[in-house]
Amino acid sequence: MAPLIEIKNLAKTYGNGFTALKGVDLTIDKGEILALLGPNGAGKTTLISIVCGIVNATSGSVSVAGHDIVRDYRRTRGMIGLVPQELTTDAFETVWATASFSRGLFGLAPNPAHIEKVLKTLSLWDKKDSRIMTLSGGMKRRVLIAKALAHEPQILFLDEPTAGVDVSLRKDMWNTVRELRESGVTVILTTHYIEEAEEMADRVGVINNGEIIVVEEKAELMRKLGKKEVVLTLNKPLKSLPKALAGFDLTLTEDGSKLAYAYATTGKRTGITRLLDTLAAQNITFSDLDTVQSSLEDIFVSLVEDGR
Amino acid sequence: MNFYGMWAIYRFEMARWARTLFQSLVSPVISTTLYFVVFGAAIGSRIAHVEGVSYGAFLVPGLLMLSLLTQSVTNAAFGIYFPRFVGTIYEILSAPVSYLEVVLAYVGAAATKSIVLGLIILATASVFVPLKIAHPLAMAFFLVLTAFTFSLLGFIIGIWADNFEKLQIVPLLVITPLVFLGGSFYSVDMLPPFWQKVTLLNPVLYLISGFRWSFYEISDVPVGVSIAMIGVFLSVCLAIVWWMFRTGYRLKS
Repeated sequence: MAPLIEIKNLAKTYGNGFTALKGVDLTIDKGEILALLGPNGAGKTTLISIVCGIVNATSGSVSVAGHDIVRDYRRTRGMIGLVPQELTTDAFETVWATASFSRGLFGLAPNPAHIEKVLKTLSLWDKKDSRIMTLSGGMKRRVLIAKALAHEPQILFLDEPTAGVDVSLRKDMWNTVRELRESGVTVILTTHYIEEAEEMADRVGVINNGEIIVVEEKAELMRKLGKKEVVLTLNKPLKSLPKALAGFDLTLTEDGSKLAYAYATTGKRTGITRLLDTLAAQNITFSDLDTVQSSLEDIFVSLVEDGR
Repeated sequence: MNFYGMWAIYRFEMARWARTLFQSLVSPVISTTLYFVVFGAAIGSRIAHVEGVSYGAFLVPGLLMLSLLTQSVTNAAFGIYFPRFVGTIYEILSAPVSYLEVVLAYVGAAATKSIVLGLIILATASVFVPLKIAHPLAMAFFLVLTAFTFSLLGFIIGIWADNFEKLQIVPLLVITPLVFLGGSFYSVDMLPPFWQKVTLLNPVLYLISGFRWSFYEISDVPVGVSIAMIGVFLSVCLAIVWWMFRTGYRLKS
């Protein structure tokens, strides 16, 4: 199947000389949730802005469903909904008016039933006649999502959708995004929160200094780069590691009460059985055993640091 | 053409107008009324007729132009500047609307507002002075074309301005003096010969002259010249807007 969005060698240098993107290649498939992770200034927003038509690319090309975003801008923009990072809303308009405005702006005939459905999904229905300026920050964020969904887009860009949003609203939003995906919408979200990518995404792209460092299936990425650790809580603290254990990648905590063994999940043999046998032979007993898997956050940090 | 898109922008702009009806409609009407009371009734009663027209009546086309020009420019400038200022412009830029459609919608809305305002001022004026419109069609032509051209100028200013001061500076420091010195309150014949020549450099003179001709068939310059001058303004403004969009000037980085 041809990718829904195809980004080829996309570069952007701003007027002040700052290069935000250095030849990015990326394909996005229909129906997936792709999370773009990256530190501030990595180029996430620039990338989204080019695809949506807000920023002109310096070089490279982007096609959406086979249509070039510059030549066929009407067709490609009509397919895309954008939720910007900043809470940029009109102050005096009502929620209903602003959502209806967005639908019209994207060239669609009024459809009150659809607007009603969107507002209800986002728990905005009882606020439909409120002026936007009277709403809280979280509510404004939902208004922006409602505006982006008003024209029934096939692709939704969420630029840091949960920045500054409280935990319960964040969970609500995740559910909304999942529902959208189930209805066939392709979702691209940028985020600082690794937790968010881990929770939501099918694939994760890491972007840093204007370059895509890695794009992988989330599970694959964690498997490839992930490490696991077995942590044993010892019955008697050890002063130092016995010689018999020298061949293992072990760390002993300062007080000698815990022993951590790191192993790669990709290896055929983990060495755990051999370690436990060796411990038994040395009469080292333990009262508890934990396994810890490295999170996307650890992976992200190591990727970004390697890139520096 | 994305008609729904244009209609959405147009309606948005008109709704903004309706919310600030007092500021955008009542205050120009009040200030025009003051002009009539002061210049028309109080001072005008001591001024002889100008080319056979009472001074109060002579003032009407000029005053109308004054409001038309300043309101067209300020309205259109604010209309496009504000979304840029608060950031909501992202939605216009990411929508499937062409630049032509964006211009038509914003400028059309601003022109509509100033035309409505012009008609209200005309109605207000008819209360104070006996009004005669010799060529109603020509009058409508000048009214609509001027409103559209100066809304276009306002649109340009709204894109050029990067702060509120710049937004105000053109209407205050350029438009208002040009209108005052463009024969709103006097006929060019009343000036000394040297200043008559200088006045001819003022583009607004041609608008007021043509407009006054459509009322009373008196003009400072031939009416054909006035029409040509509006054509020149319009072309210059269109060329600038075309260039702005082609380069993404202050809209797209």
